[in-house]
Amino acid sequence: MSARDNILAKLRNAPRSAPVEPDVAAHFERFGPRWNEVEALRHWATMMRSVKTDIVWCTESDWPQRLAEQVKARPIRSLLLARQTPHGALAHTALEHNPLLQLKTFDRMVDDWKDELFNDTDAAFTVVRCGIAATGTLVLWPDADEPRTMSLVPPTHFALFDTRTLHADFHTAMTSEAWPNGMPTNALLVSGPSKTADIQLTLAYGAHGPRDLVVLAVLPPHLSADQLKDAA
Amino acid sequence: MSEQQTITLYPSRQFKDNARAALKDGELRQSLRTAMDYLMAKRLSAFSDGDELETLRTLGETIRQRCLAKLPELLEKLEAQLTANGVQVHWAETTEQANEIIHGLIARRGGTLAVKGKSMVSEETELNHYLEARGVTAVESDMGEYIVQLAGEKPTHIIMPAIHKTKAHIAQLFHDKLPDTPYTEDVDSLIRIGRNALRDLYLKADVGLSGVNFAVAETGTLCLVENEGNGRMCTTVPDMHIAITGIEKVVEKLTDVVPLYSLLTRSAIGQPITTYFNMISSPRKPGEKDGPREVHLVLLDNGRSQAYADEQLRKTLQCIRCGACMNHCPVYTRIGGHAYGTTYPGPIGEIISPHMLGLENTKDLPTASSLCGACGEVCPVKIPIPEMLMRLREEEQRPAGEVVAHPLRGQGAAHTGKEALAWRTWRGLFGQPGAYKLFGWAATRLRGLTPPGQLGWTQNHVPLKPAAKTLHQLVRERDAARR
Repeated sequence: MSARDNILAKLRNAPRSAPVEPDVAAHFERFGPRWNEVEALRHWATMMRSVKTDIVWCTESDWPQRLAEQVKARPIRSLLLARQTPHGALAHTALEHNPLLQLKTFDRMVDDWKDELFNDTDAAFTVVRCGIAATGTLVLWPDADEPRTMSLVPPTHFALFDTRTLHADFHTAMTSEAWPNGMPTNALLVSGPSKTADIQLTLAYGAHGPRDLVVLAVLPPHLSADQLKDAA
Repeated sequence: MSEQQTITLYPSRQFKDNARAALKDGELRQSLRTAMDYLMAKRLSAFSDGDELETLRTLGETIRQRCLAKLPELLEKLEAQLTANGVQVHWAETTEQANEIIHGLIARRGGTLAVKGKSMVSEETELNHYLEARGVTAVESDMGEYIVQLAGEKPTHIIMPAIHKTKAHIAQLFHDKLPDTPYTEDVDSLIRIGRNALRDLYLKADVGLSGVNFAVAETGTLCLVENEGNGRMCTTVPDMHIAITGIEKVVEKLTDVVPLYSLLTRSAIGQPITTYFNMISSPRKPGEKDGPREVHLVLLDNGRSQAYADEQLRKTLQCIRCGACMNHCPVYTRIGGHAYGTTYPGPIGEIISPHMLGLENTKDLPTASSLCGACGEVCPVKIPIPEMLMRLREEEQRPAGEVVAHPLRGQGAAHTGKEALAWRTWRGLFGQPGAYKLFGWAATRLRGLTPPGQLGWTQNHVPLKPAAKTLHQLVRERDAARR
């Protein structure tokens, strides 16, 4: 018998009683947050800022300009973006006139330019699938246009977040978007830049992933940044 | 020619000596006290609503019990789903088999360097040593694990592997072991040193190894919880990713993960969420430009099926490895993780290690507890740890030859003739009113003869001495006075 058969046989031989069925949805219905749109955004921003995330409130029309300002304000000499996507094209147009900045595209297999990606790429710009208010989280589903390493390897990550996609909690995000029906190669929750407290419980950012996370949070027309001022 | 023999050492057999040595280490005790106080306060602040906490714990318990009740079916479903997604699944009954599988996969590619994300199961299999002996260097990339590996030690805590080390220890360690590294106690600088030392290795590594926090049968998804990003590096950058996990880590539905993840991070370190929650469902697909081309999952038994065989002890497998039980354990806080001599220290280690190593190698662990109950009270999935400890104490005292429905490896390991005689005598005295009365009469009159030294008891306590009157006498006197 194989190891597999042995293990399964041992488990099957054990006495088993009918389990109680847990009601996960009922729990989140009872204890899940009940916020209006502004409260949810404020909470999301407070949580993200508490873990050293920079949030830049933007509009549908001004985010490329705000991205350009953020890039200019930092010692960034190269930035990776997906020019073939609509948002990547807009970002490219806004950034291409910066003479100090080299724009790069993930146009090859990672194996062909790992060294450059690791050692000579200061920042990357990607889109966010949705957000989670309760925990201050961005959800990323990397794909062929914006591969997994884009939000991981460069020291600064700029993330474009359409705030209309903010969910109250993880359970709502997962169920309302029907994740169980099909998961991508890699789905990711990101709540701040990488960090560690492994040395004498002292918190330090920039452990292995990005040291800086900058979110360009695009507000719908009926909301303004002023309404979100209270977010810590 | 003499036959080659493998000698296996069990540091867990030296628990009492290790514990005595740890108790004398003032610096260690200070580090642990500070860290555990901090972690307890953090957990408390993460569960500000007591009602929500209790409901969530019950939900977590019910989910884990449901998953365990269906374990063989869920493992098959997980395998089928992962295989359909392109992930290759391997099964190992023993740590040796798991190591052989992993080494075989690395050797097939001619690999010599593996970067490792945090995996307690790989600690359990002593994978690093196994690979090292076969020409493969396995480098830990979790900052705490990296520190512990550089120091040639083992983790002392399952969530905070280097919790026993001060920044001065780490500064000296980096200065001594990493080339051209100045001595600094600045934590940001130390983290930068660690980051730079490891960054190059992600590029060069042939294989990335990782653990798994939850394996979802429904979608064939491996979930990894982390703050540092090293887990993402190990599972994304090298061309092959090998994950290893215990067979109990499977959950049925993707939505099961939501409450368990919340319980895990809040119980472990008082964080509402970790920086990254990494869900991997397949290798690199055609058209995708990064991610490993091969993903493997090794499912390890190593004694878990023994715990599973018994419905009471099965609850041990509900564990989601948050470490809250050790953070709240008065014994762990005083002696630290190394004293246990096992991969999993503290209360969870006391109840899981006997299944992995046998009671003959862990017989002191079920008694390494005051049964204060703190571990059971904070457990996010309500494992009745004190009850498990009592059961294991019973099993290690049960005579080796006694036939029971689910015998544990090492049954009767702590059984001694003297202790058995003492209990038999006790039973004889307390089971027969005449004998008990005679015993009480003699004890109250001969109390002056009680020896001042009473073996281990008087090391830390005043000698036991019978009272001048038995309880029966006192009650009779009280009743007479009332009349």
